[in-house]
Amino acid sequence: MKPKRFSLPPDSLFKWILATAGLFIVMIVGLMIAVMAIESWPVFQQFGLQFIYGGDWNPSENADRPPTFGALPFIYGTVVSSILALIIAVPLGLGTAIFLNELAPRFLRTPISFLVELLAAIPSVVYGMWGLFYLVPFLHDHIMPFLSDTLGFIPLFAPPIRGFSMFSAGVILAIMILPFITAVAREVLAAVPNSQREAALALSATKWDMIKKAVIPYGRSGIVGAVMLGWGRALGETMAVTMVIGNSHFIKTSLFQAGYTMASVIANEIREATYPLYVEALIAIGLLLFAVTFIVNGLARLLIIRMSKVSMGGQNE
Amino acid sequence: MATPMTQESQAQTAQIVMQAKQLSAFYGENRAVKDVNLDIERNCVTAFIGPSGCGKTTILRCFNRMHELVPSAHVKGQVLLDNENIYDPMIDPVQIRRRVGMVFQKPNPFPTMSIYDNAVAGLKLAGVRKRDVLDDLAEKSLRRAALWDEVKDRLYKASGASLSGGQQQRLCIARALAIEPEVLLMDEPCSALDPVATSKIEDLIQELQRDYTVIIVTHNMQQAARVSDYTAFFYLGELIEFGKTERIFEKPEKKATEDYITGKFG
Repeated sequence: MKPKRFSLPPDSLFKWILATAGLFIVMIVGLMIAVMAIESWPVFQQFGLQFIYGGDWNPSENADRPPTFGALPFIYGTVVSSILALIIAVPLGLGTAIFLNELAPRFLRTPISFLVELLAAIPSVVYGMWGLFYLVPFLHDHIMPFLSDTLGFIPLFAPPIRGFSMFSAGVILAIMILPFITAVAREVLAAVPNSQREAALALSATKWDMIKKAVIPYGRSGIVGAVMLGWGRALGETMAVTMVIGNSHFIKTSLFQAGYTMASVIANEIREATYPLYVEALIAIGLLLFAVTFIVNGLARLLIIRMSKVSMGGQNE
Repeated sequence: MATPMTQESQAQTAQIVMQAKQLSAFYGENRAVKDVNLDIERNCVTAFIGPSGCGKTTILRCFNRMHELVPSAHVKGQVLLDNENIYDPMIDPVQIRRRVGMVFQKPNPFPTMSIYDNAVAGLKLAGVRKRDVLDDLAEKSLRRAALWDEVKDRLYKASGASLSGGQQQRLCIARALAIEPEVLLMDEPCSALDPVATSKIEDLIQELQRDYTVIIVTHNMQQAARVSDYTAFFYLGELIEFGKTERIFEKPEKKATEDYITGKFG
């Protein structure tokens, strides 16, 4: 039987359909950047780089003083609150993932991972409400006094303390990114071949040796990926942070003082932005947030590539 | 319980280093190894042969307590190592695995470690920290695994995973030898390798025999005939026949052994 002939072979048709889908995504990203860049252009024209490193955000229109826009407090708030979240969530998330994958009895694995993943299903605004009514008072009454009493000599933990603060934002972000870090890290650990575990055990490794020497190193680039995914989410998280961070336009050294993030300031002020330059300044913050996320992801990629090069070192000799 | 390793004692009558006594191994309810009694002679190569699913790998994994790592798996009976039951509840399996090393079917070097770090991984686990001791033993075990000349220029730069399959397997042998085990278990160590790499590993097994006791699982009967002093034939979880390799291959006593060796089933 002769093979059938098509004027347009199905393979290439399929290829073009998929290519269009891929192109579409590139186009959307491109359009977003373009629109944000164009819209925020006047701000950069007027303030230049001052917009990025300037600390003064004063949008009110007075007769005697023109409005100024400096986004540094928000950049600072975004970076610091998200790093704080990572510091809390990474050990917890990795620990949970290791426990679930390597140590937990089988009958515990499914229910616990289900619970952890359930955390990801809670809407952001619910976290915010819970933070507002429960977490912030709790941290203010119990955790922060303890930390500032014991570590108060470090400027980051210096009194006075406020409930609505960078610290509260970091804690709530940590809880929110925990399921992502845990779930991805667990997938990564589950993908470590058993032969690696057996290799270590047969060399007289204890379970802990095995995890440390064979399992984690094997999955390290995936684990970095899990951390970066969590970081990315922490950078962009808006609602819950806005509800607990205190929304103050000033940079304070102490974590127990109010702060502000890029995402929160956009969400809070976009409705009050009454004149074009104000709106444009907020869009410029959006562009910066995009840039920060982009840089973080880029660094993560770089790190992963570098690590896999080390592990495959010598192959191309 | 230091083992005398002088020439005289080796030349003396056959020494038994490991012994299985009424050994049964289970996966859940399923008994994969049934009441096996077996003596392993020191400084000899013993081959376990038999058709797939006959329990030969399972019993091998009972010899360094790897079997119990499989969820729901357990063991009944005894395995003696220098007359000491390794399944005694007071015994730490980690200590047993220091004395009974293992090489697996598929080469499994640690891909994130250099060749050197792979070779000394077991030593580091055992708490050896001195650089000169590590260097010394790394070279010694890589030489014994006949890998040294091929990798000595890239010990620190190249990853264990960058080697060819045969080299990886020899690296795994070096890694197992570095901690100076008494017994080396090999689970079909050549099944993932090409003929050239296979013959290198077989030569190596012959060499190792001088210093170690080797137990090798193989599905390749020519290999068993080539490398081993003793052969144990397993079928359906039972030890059917055990004896000197020449005798097993030349005049097997049991019908099943003969059928398997002559290729009537398998």
